[in-house]
Amino acid sequence: MSYEEKGVWVYLVTSAGGYAVYLAIIAGRLASTPAAAVSYAPVLLWTAGASIIASVIGRTLVETARPSDSRRGDVRDREISRSGEFASRWFVIAGAAAGLAMAMARWDYFWIGNVIYLGFVLWAVAGSVVKLIAYRRGLQP
Amino acid sequence: MKSKPTRVTNSIRALRFARGEMTQAQLADRIGVTRQTIIAIEQGRYSPSLEMAFQIARVFQVPLDAVFQYPDQANPDKATS
Repeated sequence: MSYEEKGVWVYLVTSAGGYAVYLAIIAGRLASTPAAAVSYAPVLLWTAGASIIASVIGRTLVETARPSDSRRGDVRDREISRSGEFASRWFVIAGAAAGLAMAMARWDYFWIGNVIYLGFVLWAVAGSVVKLIAYRRGLQP
Repeated sequence: MKSKPTRVTNSIRALRFARGEMTQAQLADRIGVTRQTIIAIEQGRYSPSLEMAFQIARVFQVPLDAVFQYPDQANPDKATS
């Protein structure tokens, strides 16, 4: 497995894991508090930040356990990366469009912030999955 | 059955062995890619660019069609360059 592919695995796990922790905390608060009163921003920022730090640490640990031949990506890595970003961009667009529509409909900030955040998480997760499929099965023309 | 992403086939593995059992890592170093990319090309999971294809052919000092083949549409069993 190449250095870049390992990085995609780490990114997938930390992105999904970070969001799972965020959801668990927010779901617990929603059970006892109305959505408009739930303090979600600090949790969002902390879990997103922790996810980034976990990604850096995870990549270091993976490389220590199973060192790669080289830490340089090549043309195939770049093509796979582009294909993943291209395929998953719709989640960011959908999240932004949904957030805009909800703002125009005067939804609460809680839901607007969360739908946009969900768009980013889906973009990260779907992009990683597409890249991993391309690494395993090959790039589809 | 899962179809391969490319119909291009290649003789890289045979050419490596014919060139003194050149390793995938050595070939990768010669053309500036990772060993995993050479593995993906050999297994038909990645179609290299035309430029990389020429670089590979140059390493083995053979014409391009000695390295890469493409099946004839009318006669799929027959690989052509």
